[in-house]
Amino acid sequence: MKDIPIALKFSDVSFSYPHLDVLCDVSFHFHSGEFIALVGPNGSGKTTLLKLILGLEEPSGGTIELLGQMPKRSRTLVGYVPQHASYDPSFPISVREVVRMGLVDRRLRRTDRADEAVLKALSHVEMESLADRPYSELSGGQRRRVLVARALVGGPAMLILDEPTANMDRDSERRLYETLATLKGDVTILIVTHDMRTVSALVDRVFCIDALKTEYGARTVIQHPLVDIDDGTKRVLHEMEIPADQCWQEVQRG
Amino acid sequence: MDNLISFFHALISPDFPFVRNAFVAGALSSVLFGLLGSVVTVKRIASLAGAISHAVLGGIGLALYLSATGIVPNLSPMAGAIVFALLSALLIGTASLKSKQREDTVIQAIWAVGMSIGVLFMAKTPGYSDPSSYLFGNILLIGTQDLWLLLILDVAVIALIWRYYAQIEATAFDEEFAQVRGIPTQAVFLAILAVTAIAVVLLQTFVGIVMVIAMLTLPAGTAGFGAKNLATMMAVSTLYSFVYSTAGLAAGWALDAPVGAMVVVIAGLFYLSMLLANVLKKRRRRP
Repeated sequence: MKDIPIALKFSDVSFSYPHLDVLCDVSFHFHSGEFIALVGPNGSGKTTLLKLILGLEEPSGGTIELLGQMPKRSRTLVGYVPQHASYDPSFPISVREVVRMGLVDRRLRRTDRADEAVLKALSHVEMESLADRPYSELSGGQRRRVLVARALVGGPAMLILDEPTANMDRDSERRLYETLATLKGDVTILIVTHDMRTVSALVDRVFCIDALKTEYGARTVIQHPLVDIDDGTKRVLHEMEIPADQCWQEVQRG
Repeated sequence: MDNLISFFHALISPDFPFVRNAFVAGALSSVLFGLLGSVVTVKRIASLAGAISHAVLGGIGLALYLSATGIVPNLSPMAGAIVFALLSALLIGTASLKSKQREDTVIQAIWAVGMSIGVLFMAKTPGYSDPSSYLFGNILLIGTQDLWLLLILDVAVIALIWRYYAQIEATAFDEEFAQVRGIPTQAVFLAILAVTAIAVVLLQTFVGIVMVIAMLTLPAGTAGFGAKNLATMMAVSTLYSFVYSTAGLAAGWALDAPVGAMVVVIAGLFYLSMLLANVLKKRRRRP
């Protein structure tokens, strides 16, 4: 793994809100092309960690490198798929326009090439036939796939999905992971989820934000091994621990 | 009917320039109401715009008092209104960005305190000044210079929205995503508030505070029922604003009633009818 560039690196990161310690001594990294899951129960600090990765919050201590730079500089290289839970159903916008939003910082936003890129991203998630449909008329699963297309349209180096399968039916979940399977290897993928037990079979490594680090409730990130199970998913072995800053391949080599 | 016909005669007659000015002001205001109203609606900041437009009364009252007592001679009410509008926009914007849980309290406080300051200063101003004339305004008193000011603001707002449409749309639809894409969402929000504040001042001087807040929300809300995107919403909302202001002007002339209040009633009735039709349509669709 040494030859492959590091996509994300946390070094001794801590973070506190006023009167609340959230993260302490967080150190982990993963490489370009890996498919990573970050798991943790609700309230464990996943959202805070995500905000730090995206440069929406600054750490109280330590450093974060995203794609070799400070997150605020490199975050435009990230395709971000938020939960978008506070979505306004009365907002007048079509599927095509939502996806075009992914090009908002690019000059090609209003060109034919932009239209091509939008349709290509939509075809990636099998939604091109619904390009002109109002976004509010889609099901929850379809909306999430449109947000994946929006994240893909700018050709990201890394894809970050926050609770990608929350409130999704089985069929939509399967379709989403089929899309992610086609991207695996070309794009670094990080999914953040509260499901602690199992992760998709696509996942290479899992980080868990659960271990209490201080008596005041701050948590840190550890790594667990994964084991394949029959239903096409992987089980997280919480009983075994790997230092979070160590690659799985390095662990196997001893 | 005769009264309506006499309105159209007055509109083209050189003897009634104030009617023609009012008609042109309605058309020019429609652009601001349509564009800014749509942004205010999709950003869900109508209450913020409401607070700014009402707080403006404080600036007007203060300016009238300072001018009438000779402390600051010839200070125009509009100058006081602009200061209060920008100050309240800054206060509300900062409260909204920094302490979300207290946003409502700050909005209501600025709304109520601004109006009360206005009423107090007007009461102490030598001579007669009626707060209700600022609440409802009088579109028939608009002069040519005012029309030029409106036109300049129209051009400025069209240019800003043309240039920053994508950024405005993205921040209104999904603020967190917009921020990740590198859009300065807080600056966009404060800019929207500041431009709205300036437009509110200019518009309320002509048409009154109540009509400003009604026209910033009702035409855009009505347009939102059928619009496919924000641009269509802006265009349809502008058209609705023009129709309402012209209909209100004609009805006000025909019935010898205050034009501002007439425009608000027409816009409100149309919005409620569309809302009802929309609810019934959705019910019919349900199995």
